[in-house]
Amino acid sequence: MSLMTWIDERFPATKVWNEHLAQYYAPKNFNFWYFFGSLAMLVLVNQIVTGIWLAMSYKPDATLAFASVEYIMRDVNWGWLIRYLHSTGASAFFIVIYLHMFRGLMYGSYRKPRELLWIIGMIIYVAMMATAFFGYLLPWGQMSYWGAQVIVNLFSAIPVIGDDLSVWIRGDYVISDATLNRFFAFHFLLPFILAALVFIHIVALHKVGSNNPDGIEIKKGPKGNRWSDTAPADGIPFHPYYSVKDIAGVVGFLIIFLGIVFFLPDMGGYFLEAPNFEPANPLKTPEHIAPVWYFTPFYAMLRAVPSFAGTQVWGVLVMGASIVVLFFLPWLDRSPVKSIRYKGPISKAMIVMFVVVFVILGYLGMQPSTPGRTLLAQVCTILYFLFFLGMPIYSKIDKTKPVPERVTK
Amino acid sequence: MSSQGVDLKKRRMLITATAGIGAVGAGFALVPFISYWQPSARAKALGAPEEADIGKIEPGALLRVKWRGKVCWVVRRTEETLKNLKENTSHLVDPDSEVPQQPEYCKNWHRSIKPEYLIAVGICTHLGCSPTYRPDIAPADLGPEWQGGFFCPCHGSKFDLAARVFKGVPAPTNLVIPPHKYLSDTRVLIGADDGGAA
Repeated sequence: MSLMTWIDERFPATKVWNEHLAQYYAPKNFNFWYFFGSLAMLVLVNQIVTGIWLAMSYKPDATLAFASVEYIMRDVNWGWLIRYLHSTGASAFFIVIYLHMFRGLMYGSYRKPRELLWIIGMIIYVAMMATAFFGYLLPWGQMSYWGAQVIVNLFSAIPVIGDDLSVWIRGDYVISDATLNRFFAFHFLLPFILAALVFIHIVALHKVGSNNPDGIEIKKGPKGNRWSDTAPADGIPFHPYYSVKDIAGVVGFLIIFLGIVFFLPDMGGYFLEAPNFEPANPLKTPEHIAPVWYFTPFYAMLRAVPSFAGTQVWGVLVMGASIVVLFFLPWLDRSPVKSIRYKGPISKAMIVMFVVVFVILGYLGMQPSTPGRTLLAQVCTILYFLFFLGMPIYSKIDKTKPVPERVTK
Repeated sequence: MSSQGVDLKKRRMLITATAGIGAVGAGFALVPFISYWQPSARAKALGAPEEADIGKIEPGALLRVKWRGKVCWVVRRTEETLKNLKENTSHLVDPDSEVPQQPEYCKNWHRSIKPEYLIAVGICTHLGCSPTYRPDIAPADLGPEWQGGFFCPCHGSKFDLAARVFKGVPAPTNLVIPPHKYLSDTRVLIGADDGGAA
């Protein structure tokens, strides 16, 4: 009896391998946009491994934290590399995830039957933002401190309970050692929850099968391919075809990623912000504070909304709604076709507008506010919501092209 | 096992009751975990009043004092500033301090005990940044109307030199005036007044 048989009688190793890799049939027309799912998993592993290593030298104590990061950078063997892999990895994670989400947006990967897949993905995105936020406090620099101050104060905008809630989150009346210590605990915990959510995301994906650039259900098409008479004709086994393709993606990604890690780890102030090289000072807000680039589109929307009726909760609500609206995407799109390839001119124009608006908001969120920029941010905020809230109408009335029977190149 | 003679109604009632009692128990068990996040006894004890020497502040200058971990400003205002604060109020949301952001004895046009000295918590009522002190008149970045005040670098909120908020900025209310009292002409106690500690 072979070892594999002995194991398979006790644990479904071969069964799982086949169901999810060797006999999992994915559409054969994936393009480069399909790299970003596997790259996101690679970056998550990078963050967990480098993060655990950093935790071996980091001190989550307000009096020691800043110096312990400098100690890692200067004195710990290869500490600079581990830390830059982690800090660059955070930005890379968001780049990869934004491209992964945009892929879904283009090809209608959130449409029936993949609504739950999209929602699980959105939960991952929110968990990722929380992880990034907790992590950003840990270096205890000026930007860490004041960034956390602003975000925690978002909760105090909630009427009635707000002030008590923000004190409860901080564990103090201001951001302090208590806050730093608990944020470290959460920053350590959340990646494992993320890993569990990724597992659930993949379970959901393998239940419904992958979408593809044509937005065609290969399971509904003809059956029979080189490997199986019952598998979809337009499917190919994930392993070795896409596992090998993803390795090519990994090589390309690592060339760029490690190039940044080695030669441009602060990315000119975008990945590591200049004020964060100064220890946290509760008495002085830096002249210009801005979140890291991946939060700036939402931050620009927060700033764009003026307070009225004696409360600033409106900006917080708008920022919250800009994330929440994404959860409803599967039900906002009423187009008879899934993929942008077969959608009409209005849908194409809207998605281009959405990208432009998102980038402009991202830029505005990094800049100090002026009346002109605030007005531009207000216009962009309206257009951002127009893309989503107008979708039930424009996706329905838009002209579409006929969808082919089988996947194309 | 035979299902004959099973009282399903009774069984459902027992399941509901057991689950209900269990949920109550779980609720009680959550209390220590939630309460753990509240400020510790030590954090609360550090909120004691702070004494400051304001005798050495030049007219127009600002002194920063730390109270409860927050920054408190003491500004010595000039005659021109005070004249401007009294007359120039059309651009303010709450010029008469109707919103209770100050002790009752500071609910006046200068928002302080003595008109000359402003004592305010230097934390923006928007999202908690510390606004920058900008006493300069009509600087390039703040426009020709600027008569001196505080500008929040985070989200562009503006306050005048009585810490009153401008219209059309993200901050909704005037800055907080902490309870305070004068111990002598040059010494002030921040965080306590004759009504006791805050």
